[in-house]
Amino acid sequence: MYKKKECVVMLLAGGQGSRLYALTKKTAKPSVSYGGKYRIIDFPLSNCTNSGLDTVGVLTQYQPLYLNDYVGTGLPWDLDRTFGGVKILPPYQRQDGSDWYKGTANAIWQNMEFINQYDADLVLVLSGDHIYKMDYAKMIDYHKKTGADCTIAVIDVPIEEASRFGIMSTNPDGSIYKFTEKPKNPDSTKASMGIYVFNKKKLEEYLKADSLDPESSNDFGKNVIPAMLNAGEKMFSYSFEGYWKDVGTISSLWEANMDLLGEKPELVLDDESWRIYSRQSASAPQYVGEMGQVINSTMTAGCEIFGTVKNSVLGQNVTIGAGAIVENSVIMDNVTVGAGARVNYSILDSGVKVGCGARIGIDGSPESIAVIGADVTLPDGETVEAGSMISE
Amino acid sequence: MTVAGLIFSNIHDGCIPEMTRFRTMASIPFGCRYRLVDFALSNMVNSNITNIGIITHYNYRSLLDHIGTGKDWDLARRSGGIKILPPYVTAYENAVANRLYESRLEAIINAKSFVSRCNADYVVLSDCDVILNIDLGKVIEDHVNSGAYMTIVTKKVNTAERHFDSNVKVVSVGENNALTDIASYKPKNGVVEISTNIMVISRKDLEAIIDDSVSHGYTDFMKDVIKRNLKKKLIRTYKYDGWYAYISSLESYFSVSMRLLTEEAREGLWGDRNRRIYTKLRNSAPTKYSDEAKVTNSLIADGCVIEGTVENSILFRGVHVGKGAVVRNSVLLQDTYVGNNATVNCTITDKNVMIKDSRNLSGHETMPFFISKGSMV
Repeated sequence: MYKKKECVVMLLAGGQGSRLYALTKKTAKPSVSYGGKYRIIDFPLSNCTNSGLDTVGVLTQYQPLYLNDYVGTGLPWDLDRTFGGVKILPPYQRQDGSDWYKGTANAIWQNMEFINQYDADLVLVLSGDHIYKMDYAKMIDYHKKTGADCTIAVIDVPIEEASRFGIMSTNPDGSIYKFTEKPKNPDSTKASMGIYVFNKKKLEEYLKADSLDPESSNDFGKNVIPAMLNAGEKMFSYSFEGYWKDVGTISSLWEANMDLLGEKPELVLDDESWRIYSRQSASAPQYVGEMGQVINSTMTAGCEIFGTVKNSVLGQNVTIGAGAIVENSVIMDNVTVGAGARVNYSILDSGVKVGCGARIGIDGSPESIAVIGADVTLPDGETVEAGSMISE
Repeated sequence: MTVAGLIFSNIHDGCIPEMTRFRTMASIPFGCRYRLVDFALSNMVNSNITNIGIITHYNYRSLLDHIGTGKDWDLARRSGGIKILPPYVTAYENAVANRLYESRLEAIINAKSFVSRCNADYVVLSDCDVILNIDLGKVIEDHVNSGAYMTIVTKKVNTAERHFDSNVKVVSVGENNALTDIASYKPKNGVVEISTNIMVISRKDLEAIIDDSVSHGYTDFMKDVIKRNLKKKLIRTYKYDGWYAYISSLESYFSVSMRLLTEEAREGLWGDRNRRIYTKLRNSAPTKYSDEAKVTNSLIADGCVIEGTVENSILFRGVHVGKGAVVRNSVLLQDTYVGNNATVNCTITDKNVMIKDSRNLSGHETMPFFISKGSMV
């Protein structure tokens, strides 16, 4: 049953996140753990539900099993709806052939039918790669007020980092006159956040043209946005202020976790007015033992601490053995650190077992993070050098 | 073979008036993130009992809020699932018929329509004042194989170690685990076998009990049902040997909470990953421990902020422990706020209690200091 929806959200979640290496070996980047009890995709999904957007297509491709399972019916985000709700949209076979999603634009083009079911006027395109809290409703209001065909969310970045991003050059009224993907000599500091609001009719028109162009790599940033600009469509930038972090690399993922710690953390998750929802399991309360010590860290259900945890973010059901010391690390779900082991500047993916007395990333630093992939077992006394990567 | 569950949410409410003023026994918060009903419900769900009625009486708003659709226990079902059974009061009958039921048997009589429509072969009955993680599948299997009329789950306890009250029924067991006598507990030292009030009976027999009780005016389950049938039919006991606790007063609520800190209790309740205890899930952020946090031997829920010292305590969701504050041997319910430099010892705070900076509060382990819901100290 379909009711008209003014805006349908398309969430691009098919990317591999290859720069996360071992962490995305078995799962897509949007389902990588963050902040102890969240997955990256919780942020765009929670933002949607908090912004009053209730119809979301999640485009999956790379290693979708866990992601499908995680999104499920959408219940944790209140997106299990009779009218709308969250739907997983994988690539599929058609009468005239079948294709993988060839690029971000192609993924949406292959799912125009989903958008048209709801007779949507607007399409909000999101990616599942960023940690941020944003009210999309405000951006949509801005889009309607300016009468734009396309609105692109931008954030101010330091000029020396601007060459890593897609940079928008804008007029004083916010309209965009130039877009350069990773410019060598940037003339603006407004970086695209990969969040677009399109008028549906225009989007459909440009996606169709893009699909017929054999030269195109079917990507929003590389093809569709430049094509619209060249044709003189009305395009506006929407400035976002606040915490926003691309967690596409090991060091940025580690940093984003560390941003939750400290007296005044950069990102606050216990914000009643803008909750981040996640799928949770029924675990016991966290327990800190007689000799346990937890300092400047966050911890969640099912953890049992008999050693020392300092400046770290712990996931669910983590056990830290007696005398073990875990510092400056991100420990994901169901990890066991054996007695007397030391872990420093590391990311331990879910299910990792660290043997007693093992030493991991001892001489590490924020630039040199050791990564242990999911379900790896490290034997007693094992040493893992700072900054190394182990997956199986 | 299908099995239905029947849970009594108000039985023995009067034992712990401090905490049941605004809620049922079933909805008393316990163990950082649970309500007492979660144990009875999870035991049933983990034994594939998915057609469950919860008999309520009064004060059940908090219970309705907690259960919701039943989704968190996987009980939001088209077929079966969870049903709240409030008192059936009609405007058209006389005052006598509208009288609220008082005893266990009267409560079962009131649940007649659930029992007759539940379409199950057997029914498991459970109270909400017991805390245990039991495989009911084994109890049911034992009941079916033995051909007993009724099976009662019992637990051996040392009365010298723990406090019990007259609501507790002591059982005498004869050959083949047959129940030979059941009587109210009287203080005496030594090891006795007590009833956990978890029972299995066939639905047909339960229906017959209801009809028989209505026609004879029976009201007392122990006297009119168990004792009347003790000699005529086989009433069996099933000896449960796992971790068990029973809450009969504020003092026992406190001591049972403290017992949760033992490895034995944590292992007994949460050790089996295939038999988890489910509860209403909320979206609290992970708990934050500050630079100055000193936490030892404590169980802590999500959503807390700890900047002081916490020892031997149970902290529910959203508790804030300020800088320099010291919390010892205490149970702090949801959203309790402990101000900077305050000290709290042997205290139970109900929800939303505010303890201002530098206050000193202390009870004793035999008499915990209780602060009621929403108070400011």
